[in-house]
Amino acid sequence: MSEKRVHTGRYFMMGNVACAEGALAAGCEFAAGYPITPATEIANHLAEKLPQVGGAFFQMEDEISSIAAVIGASWAGKKAMTVTSGPGISLMVENIGFAIGVETPCVIVNVQRGAPTTGMPTIGIQGDMVQAKHGSHGDYEIIALCPSSPQEMFEHTVIAFNYAEKYRTPVFLLSDAFVGHMREEVVIPEAEKIETIYRNIPEPGADPLKIKGFLDEDVAPMPIFGKGFKAHVTSSCHDEYGKRNLIDISALDKFVRRLSNKILKHKEEITLVERDYEDAEIVLVSYGGVSRAAAAAASQARKKGIPVGTLRLITVWPFPGEEIEKMARKAKQVIVLENNLGQVYPYIKAEAAHFAEVSFLPPRLVGEIQDPEDILKMIMEVST
Amino acid sequence: MNELVHPYHRFIRPTVTHSSFCPGCGDGTIAQSILRAIDGLGMDMDDFVFVSGIGCAAWIPSPLFNADVFHTTHGRPIAFAFGVKMGLPDKKVMVVSGDGDLVAIGGNHLIQNARRNIEMVVICANNSIYGMTGGQAAPTTPMGVKTTTTPYGTFENFFEDISGLIIAAGASFVARWTTAHPRQLTASIKKAIQKNGFAFIEVISQCPVQFGRKMGTGNAVQMLEDYKKRSISIKEAKKLSPEELKERIVVGEFVDLDKPEMVEEVTRMIRRASAEAQEAMETGRG
Repeated sequence: MSEKRVHTGRYFMMGNVACAEGALAAGCEFAAGYPITPATEIANHLAEKLPQVGGAFFQMEDEISSIAAVIGASWAGKKAMTVTSGPGISLMVENIGFAIGVETPCVIVNVQRGAPTTGMPTIGIQGDMVQAKHGSHGDYEIIALCPSSPQEMFEHTVIAFNYAEKYRTPVFLLSDAFVGHMREEVVIPEAEKIETIYRNIPEPGADPLKIKGFLDEDVAPMPIFGKGFKAHVTSSCHDEYGKRNLIDISALDKFVRRLSNKILKHKEEITLVERDYEDAEIVLVSYGGVSRAAAAAASQARKKGIPVGTLRLITVWPFPGEEIEKMARKAKQVIVLENNLGQVYPYIKAEAAHFAEVSFLPPRLVGEIQDPEDILKMIMEVST
Repeated sequence: MNELVHPYHRFIRPTVTHSSFCPGCGDGTIAQSILRAIDGLGMDMDDFVFVSGIGCAAWIPSPLFNADVFHTTHGRPIAFAFGVKMGLPDKKVMVVSGDGDLVAIGGNHLIQNARRNIEMVVICANNSIYGMTGGQAAPTTPMGVKTTTTPYGTFENFFEDISGLIIAAGASFVARWTTAHPRQLTASIKKAIQKNGFAFIEVISQCPVQFGRKMGTGNAVQMLEDYKKRSISIKEAKKLSPEELKERIVVGEFVDLDKPEMVEEVTRMIRRASAEAQEAMETGRG
């Protein structure tokens, strides 16, 4: 990537701006969105910076058209993204399903805000965690990453683009208003130290009739438009060649399974976690901004001599059940912390409860990250 | 003996053996008018990306046309086409869909992109009904007509003039024909393809199965004869009062004008922004 795209240096930077910088560094060429608090700063920054490197941000008429334009641009061969918050995702979910169905690389940033409905726009909650996984209709797998700092807003955006391109799928960056609006030190490395991936496409001049552009569990080459591949791209049930099939149930079965397996087969390499639970009897499991409170509480507890560790999920979807099990086999107590009423908790409990006691600690007030003191109190309770 | 091959067979995807249209459907006429226009301009299918939504007309390009074809979600083809066009500004992007797709569920994308005047061709097959789902009322179904969702007759005012809406929104090129005017339609599609701007063509098209049969307007031939009888050119229509124009179909090219086109404007903006950034970097202000 060129120096123009990578603004190497040390900055005091807002999370949302770091996300936009990450997109530039990852090679984003097209962005579309609709203004929404608390994600707007990403759009603003992209609108300024993308044209400087030959791209553009487009303000669409709504979030439905935003994601549609992003998918269209991706099929035109561009690295593309959209940025929004919960209400925008609610409008996008049908077309997110489309992107999954026709295997379209794109990045969707959700800077989560107080919800349900219009809720409380400037307050961060982790209220859209399950929506990211199950928002669109049908069985499917998705990739979602949860940054916990402005630095990770930068880094995870780069990873999100790479995953999107590598696995030909939409990738969620599930941030929230706290992380998005947080200002901290952000270090942008030199361009050559940032790995960027671009999707595989068929060989130029390939016979269109022989291109298997879909439904390969090891990711089919993407027959992007404008190259003479004569791609037939339909979200209706189709075969490896893109040919529509609306009558044969075995075609539907293949369609559903292969799309899911494409992600699940590569789960190990997609899964990113931060483990710090060596010799711990009590493990705090969290993700995103909440993990900062968990780390603080664990450190205080250890000072008091209580063996507390942490497991932070960076990849929340596909759900890293194996990581949870591995942790739970070593722990006696697992405390799940989320800034909601327990969205990922049932998934964690299902994997961990066979091996350890699992409990959930919501924040005192939803929209307020857990006070480390409260976490400590909970630790004392379960450790006695 | 040489095998007889249809002159437009080369435009059809080799794996397609049949169309899914009902007997007498107007979509075949529209498909052929599009292909005749492309052939007439001496263009290649690889010059195009076809985008469609959901509904019978969306199946004109998908999978029929041997080109890049993007069969998208209901109502959203123009929004998808926006991204395709911005990503491939040198390709011709053509949206082919029906009135339910483009004007009902997708109405705002149609209006907003006509306003943007982004270069693309949008062909709206207007059959005044939801055909694929079995004859439900559309925003284009005349008032009082009994359909499967309005068994006592529709009780809503309807879009009598979609073209007028798109003219008001600011499109560069707007025309209306019926499937009884295939030559004129082909000529307008040629102009639309060459137009540097948003080009919208409304094609009043017969659905003998879900509309003709239920509404009593007859079979395909009778419907086409009715279109011929009711059609009136823009020039002739100007001489008539609104009262006299009731039940008439005004056909022709309503608008063909030059105005700023969005892709060009974006390209200019990007050139300016990157030049400024380059200069700032060179002078050390970057």
